[in-house]
Amino acid sequence: MVEVKNLTKVYGDIKAVDDISFTVNSGEVLGFLGPNGAGKSTTMNMITGYLSSSSGTVTVDGSEILENPKETKMKIGYLPEIPPLYPDMTVKAYLEFMYDIKKVKLPKEEHIKEVMAIVKILDVQERLIKNLSKGYKQRVGFAQALLGNPPVLILDEPTVGLDPKQIIEFRNLVKGLGKKHTVIFSSHVLSEVSAICDRIVVISNGKIVADAKTDELSTALSGKGQLLLEVEGSASAVSNAINDVYGVKKVSVTGTNRYAVDYDNTIDIRKGVFNALVKAQCTILEMKNGGLTLEESFLKLTSENQRAKGGSK
Amino acid sequence: MLAILKRELSAYFNSAIGYIVLAVFYFFSGMYFYLYCLHYGSASLTPVFASMFMIVLFLIPIITMKSFSEEKRQKTDQALLTAPVSLFEVVMGKFLGAFTLYACCVAIFLVYTLVICFFTTPDWAVILCTILGMLLLGGALIAIDIFISALTESQVIAAVISIAVGLLVYMIDSLASITQSQFLINILSAVSFNSNFNNFTYGILNFSNVVFFLSIIAVFIFLTIRVFEKKRWS
Repeated sequence: MVEVKNLTKVYGDIKAVDDISFTVNSGEVLGFLGPNGAGKSTTMNMITGYLSSSSGTVTVDGSEILENPKETKMKIGYLPEIPPLYPDMTVKAYLEFMYDIKKVKLPKEEHIKEVMAIVKILDVQERLIKNLSKGYKQRVGFAQALLGNPPVLILDEPTVGLDPKQIIEFRNLVKGLGKKHTVIFSSHVLSEVSAICDRIVVISNGKIVADAKTDELSTALSGKGQLLLEVEGSASAVSNAINDVYGVKKVSVTGTNRYAVDYDNTIDIRKGVFNALVKAQCTILEMKNGGLTLEESFLKLTSENQRAKGGSK
Repeated sequence: MLAILKRELSAYFNSAIGYIVLAVFYFFSGMYFYLYCLHYGSASLTPVFASMFMIVLFLIPIITMKSFSEEKRQKTDQALLTAPVSLFEVVMGKFLGAFTLYACCVAIFLVYTLVICFFTTPDWAVILCTILGMLLLGGALIAIDIFISALTESQVIAAVISIAVGLLVYMIDSLASITQSQFLINILSAVSFNSNFNNFTYGILNFSNVVFFLSIIAVFIFLTIRVFEKKRWS
């Protein structure tokens, strides 16, 4: 549905986005994750045609944004980081205006009502946008992106500044929309992205550092697993028993009765380790996952990238 | 384009700006009309138009100061530029919005002409020509000031620079009179808004004057489009 190919944006001698490529399939909710200043917004601005790329292409549903801007823009609903709202308009007048400039063909009155119902702003439709709370403003911005039922929705950090309840509501909304639309959702909060998205692309310093299904991301990020054990019994017996388990790469003794097991984390070895130790008559006192959590590996990955860049300068 | 024009007009008339501009224009034109026409018993509106030139120089920057600067400051330009409309439509919509408000100002002269009708037969050729001249002159200033507004995020900066440019345009004739070089004098009087406008006030519809103002409008609309193109590509 959306294909980003070798996209690069250069400001002076700074590469804000550096040769990134990824595709989003129809009906997929893609999380676009990265620390602040990683190039998320720049990438989204290029996908939506607000900025042009220095090189590379963006294709949405077969049409290229720079070659066919009008046609391509009609397929995209965009909620920028700061919702583009006119504070001196009422919600309804604003949506009518956006409906007009987006050249939507659906029946006007009904369609706007329908969109307002989806994001739950029917009760404020006659109020001036400047008098709305942050959460409502965000929803109006979201409604604007939904006008015309575009097949692709691009949401740039839509939950920043919302309270926890609103964030949960928002997530559910996006999840529901993911069934009908292809969604690209950016955030710098990992837990949020992993809660909503099918797939996550991690970007750091303008480069893609990981691109994986949400549940495989920790593997993709850390690349290996580690199991920490506390087992009663002789060190050699325990080591031998664990070494024989399928998938185990290395067993090291870290202290009295304490072991660290490196393993290939495409396989869950816990059951195997448990059975082997029972068989060797060694009692397991404690077993826990020592590998990095998703959050830790994300931090490690993005900070490593930062350091590498700092060093090369 | 129509949608943007509609929004511009509603923005002028939902805030005080539209009404204040109209009120100030009507007040000063009414005052000059009373002074020059009713008080002295003259049927010629020409001195009224000439005096209004100065007022227009200050009013147009107020009309245009927020046209693009405010969009940029509130990031609403992002909605306009990611919508399936061309930059030409966006800029034309803005231009026509400001121009419509200005045209509402100038329309008051038709009322004054009707007042003159009560006393004597007005010189319709002169009056209609001058109104056309006023519209063209204002249109040119609006195009220039919209361009200035597209360069900054601050309404105040846009207004101040626009007024400065307007005054400079007003003073071109005085500048021409102090230079010795005939060549410079020729150039300055050719680009002078005053000398291009004066023919209209005599009731002369000179093709070159019309083209002069229309080309200024075209050039600055083109430059405004370039400002946004450049921003995208830099």
